[in-house]
Amino acid sequence: MAAIRRKTTATNGTVRFVLDGEVVAVDHVDPTRTVLNFLREDLGRTGTKEGCAEGDCGACTVVLGELDGAAVRFRAVNACIQFVPTLDGKELITVESLEHANGALHPVQQAMVDCHGSQCGFCTPGFVMSLFALYKSASRPSRTDINDAIAGNLCRCTGYRPIVEAAGRMYEYGNGTRKADENWMNCSFSSLTDRQPSRSERDMIERLRSIQRRDMLALTTGNRLYFAPARVAELADIRVAHPEARIVAGGTDVGLWVTKQHRDLDKVIYVGNVAELKQIALTDTHIEIGAAASLTDAFAALVGDYPEFDELFRRFASPPIRNAGTLGGNIANGSPIGDSMPALIVLGTTLVLQKGPRTRELPLDEFYVAYQKTALEPGEFVLRIRVPKPDAAAHVRSYKISKRFDQDISAVCGGYRIAIEDGVVRSARVAYGGVSAIPKRAPACERALVDQPWNEDTVRAAMAALDRDYTPLTDMRASAAYRKLVTKNLLYRFWVETTGQYTATRVLESFA
Amino acid sequence: MDQRVNGGVGAPIPHDSGHLHVSGGALYTDDIPEIRGTLHAAIGVSERAHARLKSVDLTKVAAAPGVVAVITAKDIPGKNDYGPVVADDPIFATALVQYHGQSLFAVAAKTVEEARRAARLGVIEYEDLKANLTAEAALKDQSFVLPTERLVRGNPRAAIATAPHRLAGKIRIGGQDQFYLEGMVAYVVPREDGTMLVYSSTQHPGEVQHQVAHALDRPAKDIVVECRRMGGGFGGKESQPGLFACVAALLAQKTRRPVKLRADRDDDMMITGKRHDFVTEYEVGFDDDGRILGVDFVLAGRCGYSADLSGSINDRAMLHSDNCYYLENVSILSFRCKTNTVSNTAFRGFGGPQGMIGIEAVIDDIARHLDKDPLDVRKANFYGVTERNVTHYRQTIVDNVIHDIVADLEKSADYHARREALRAFNAKSPFVKRGIALTPVKFGISFTATHLNQAGCLLHVYTDGSIMLNHGGTEMGQGLFTKVAQVVAEELSVDIGRIRITASDTSKVPNASATAASSGSDMNGKAAQAAARELKARLTAFAAAHFGMAPETVAFRKNQIHVGDQTVSFNELVKLAYFARVSLSATGFYKTPKIGYDRKTWSGMPFYYFCYGAAVSEVAIDTLTGENRLLRVDILHDVGKSLNPAIDMGQIEGGFVQGMGWLTMEELWWNDKGKLMTHAPSTYKIPVASDVPPQFNVRIYESGINAEDSIFRSKAVGEPPLMLAISTLHAIRDAIASTAGYALSPKLDAPATAEAILMSINELATRRAKVTAAAKAAVPA
Repeated sequence: MAAIRRKTTATNGTVRFVLDGEVVAVDHVDPTRTVLNFLREDLGRTGTKEGCAEGDCGACTVVLGELDGAAVRFRAVNACIQFVPTLDGKELITVESLEHANGALHPVQQAMVDCHGSQCGFCTPGFVMSLFALYKSASRPSRTDINDAIAGNLCRCTGYRPIVEAAGRMYEYGNGTRKADENWMNCSFSSLTDRQPSRSERDMIERLRSIQRRDMLALTTGNRLYFAPARVAELADIRVAHPEARIVAGGTDVGLWVTKQHRDLDKVIYVGNVAELKQIALTDTHIEIGAAASLTDAFAALVGDYPEFDELFRRFASPPIRNAGTLGGNIANGSPIGDSMPALIVLGTTLVLQKGPRTRELPLDEFYVAYQKTALEPGEFVLRIRVPKPDAAAHVRSYKISKRFDQDISAVCGGYRIAIEDGVVRSARVAYGGVSAIPKRAPACERALVDQPWNEDTVRAAMAALDRDYTPLTDMRASAAYRKLVTKNLLYRFWVETTGQYTATRVLESFA
Repeated sequence: MDQRVNGGVGAPIPHDSGHLHVSGGALYTDDIPEIRGTLHAAIGVSERAHARLKSVDLTKVAAAPGVVAVITAKDIPGKNDYGPVVADDPIFATALVQYHGQSLFAVAAKTVEEARRAARLGVIEYEDLKANLTAEAALKDQSFVLPTERLVRGNPRAAIATAPHRLAGKIRIGGQDQFYLEGMVAYVVPREDGTMLVYSSTQHPGEVQHQVAHALDRPAKDIVVECRRMGGGFGGKESQPGLFACVAALLAQKTRRPVKLRADRDDDMMITGKRHDFVTEYEVGFDDDGRILGVDFVLAGRCGYSADLSGSINDRAMLHSDNCYYLENVSILSFRCKTNTVSNTAFRGFGGPQGMIGIEAVIDDIARHLDKDPLDVRKANFYGVTERNVTHYRQTIVDNVIHDIVADLEKSADYHARREALRAFNAKSPFVKRGIALTPVKFGISFTATHLNQAGCLLHVYTDGSIMLNHGGTEMGQGLFTKVAQVVAEELSVDIGRIRITASDTSKVPNASATAASSGSDMNGKAAQAAARELKARLTAFAAAHFGMAPETVAFRKNQIHVGDQTVSFNELVKLAYFARVSLSATGFYKTPKIGYDRKTWSGMPFYYFCYGAAVSEVAIDTLTGENRLLRVDILHDVGKSLNPAIDMGQIEGGFVQGMGWLTMEELWWNDKGKLMTHAPSTYKIPVASDVPPQFNVRIYESGINAEDSIFRSKAVGEPPLMLAISTLHAIRDAIASTAGYALSPKLDAPATAEAILMSINELATRRAKVTAAAKAAVPA
């Protein structure tokens, strides 16, 4: 069991984070110990629950506070698949942190009680924390914002209506009590932007500053090694020295290897502390996304240039997963059903890979070799993702089909980019996930499109050609027959949507 | 002055644990601080659906790091069985495994991780046997867990044969995992002299007590089972927790140490039973108005490998095959199919929903055939209030309010205008189609096994005037503890704040039935009322004697007792009574009156009363992909005179959403080897917040009042609202029907996933083409 101390000076081999206003130092922690088990078993903080141990139910949701320039950014994450050393330098906020020492409930908690937002109560701490993150990051959330904020939280009792209501009403409870000496926890996002930070907020930021480190964190526990480099050069060296080590960014997939498959990960390189790797830059020609940028940040940048992908990205996993998970991780893990792949492939995305001091650039559609196998060489890692900026002549779309709209893995995910000139298809890229061992392009379909008039006959021919591109399988997400059919029909939808026929093509629009 | 006490009957007060839920302070079984030396257990399971066990080698399990004990069936001193009705549920399989995921052995280790790792190290040799994975396969083999049942009234064959119109159909209704957020867990603490304290997340502590006692070969008096709360139950924790409690108890007995067994989500979903999936076939004869003249149902329920509660569940499906409709000539044949899959069990509705979906499909088919609004066909078949009011099991319905509810809802939901509007929309929208449906619910309240309709309560008043309340019901989130405390507050005219509701505990109230069949507040409320009245009677007699007044002059009002013109606080009176040596503890008991029926003839009064409700759902579907969205739902539901409208509202909304998940997205999928592949939330999708319709108008039926003498004339609310969601399935059918000009009735199985919808649309197109071709061929050249 890990040794836990309060307050400590910075030493390598010690993980330091803030909990309930105090710096906590943890020595000799197993690098793959989950935050959830650490909270429940080592600290006896049982308010945070395990519902699935795979980041899909949200009962374990906690909030992390991280320095972001002069401010602090709060984001909900799943404690069940987050490893303890990744807390280093952050503030960990659990459901127990919210209740005031005098027993007064936090505005989020009080709103949940008053709106009858809990029944069995087991999912409730997770909802409270997701709503707390919303409370600290948005001022007037819409119903869609609220739905999105709790898309990663399952409730089996209430039917959600009272929880959504509590999310709308929680801001009312902060009003009238907002004072300069107010506890930072109770200050909503809007109140922070409206006024000077309170003493409590300044103290909180100061504490976080006190535990930032400039160097690499290296842990050795038994036979297990954990490295958290702070710079790309360090990462490159460590990667070459330990090519067999598992790179962890958000841990939203690797976490499950530990909790579900009971695998031993003896060497871990955590890339979440490499600031350069999290940067997103816009050049004249490209959106350049650091491999460790969170999905939340990467998608925000992509949607800025490609609003067509807004729905796809909103429906990608859940906020806690998008907050922890990274675009580099989503790409490098090589899953056949990575939902961002078809879109990125058709946009002509390339990857910058680095090994030691050497870098090389590879088109994304050449990156996948076979099922969960990529072109990465031993010692190499994904440095950056380069997404070309939009071309006014091109239409792009990506459609996802899943049993549930939010937070589900796709049965089929299609990506389309087509450039039309004088009614004729000049270039076409079509890619699908979920219909073969890797996300890949549809060459026969593309051939059927190029140089043809963009009309119904062409699209029907291209739909037929898809049979030559893919031989989908039957599994729990869909039958082969359905996949075949819907792969074609989505291409048809793309045609309808890009030919100026103003007609409803998506049930989601019926919502508005 | 307001004479009402705080938290009396009818007050919309929050759940008694609300403040604990939101702050992480509510303790669930896994949160109870562990006693030193606690071991953690894991179960080793079968990886075959049906096989003989050739050899079981657990050497590696025993040698794994941290392992303290390994047990198999040989280590059970008592009975190797936890079956609730029939002794066919072994704790550990011996010669034969009957489903993928069946328990074979268990291990106790120092940590959870060590136990789970060790449980995977068993070396098992199997000799595979033929596995029946579906109800249809079992039917073909005539493989059943229980005898086939038939209920007949009138002469259905003749009525169908002579009817002006006849139709036949078939619908497959999928199962559903309960997906309580808190998985199965038991924590067993050995105490002196071979006795055990069992903390179990269970809807039925009394049954767990007996199951553990039998396994350990101890009398029930040696086992105490406690449950403060569950993180959801939904029927899943009615009979299933016994396995986990027995395994933990056996390991605790063997190691003489406390043992906790918490199944992780995947194990929970693979090991425990779910809602029964059904294949329902029907034949119906009807007149020009759509009135059913005769109907013949064949229900095949997939029970899994053992009987569990399948008898009563399939019975309830038969008893609810009428829903709100008068069936004069009816035959229901019910097969209880034995398959090599997990033993299906209770889930909110308990077979009722499956029965109701059958008759609703019949109604829809009739309406399409006659080109009528399905709502008109529904109304044409409704039970009458004073005539046509005897059910197919010969119970006279005396409380029918469905006409009033439907009339009210039809208006408030603007059903007819919206139906016209969406048909206009569909005519112009080639890809996205909308559909609407209003479906009613009538659900019978009581355990169909009559003896289970009893409950007990224990009530203590302490000398400071505070009150401890205990009853045989369990809290799974439904707000039972809150409602029963409201009853006590009301009866004693004291504020609810002075009442401490305590954990369900077999040593406080014995022989309690499961908290199930929606009966929790009806029965435990009445038992608590009896206990409170007993105490009140004693205090009244004492007060009268003490103040030298007649008992009729004593009145309890808002924490005070008035005796003639004198007033004394509740606290003072209690103190005086104590000094006068008046017993301040009482028990209460209740048995539901009137009910009883003969299962041999399928006649009598299985239900004390009925709950009613209706819902209108509007959906949009995408005819290119089959995707669907629920756009608007309007509900009117009868809860009698509500004990707590806020809690009842939560049950209605939550039940609807759970039912909507079952019928539209939750799909259990087994591979061809019989392994469940949807065993975690990554693959098994229950609704999230965005699946709740943007317009969700839910009302409690305000003139509702229970015709029977239920607790304060309230009605049960646990199960009935789930079936309001049948309206979503029918709204989708309506949308699909639009793709063939509403002329044909879609074949749509549940759940109506995108795939099911798209395939249904295509089948309808094929059928329509055939009909058109046949019509053309029929025209002479």
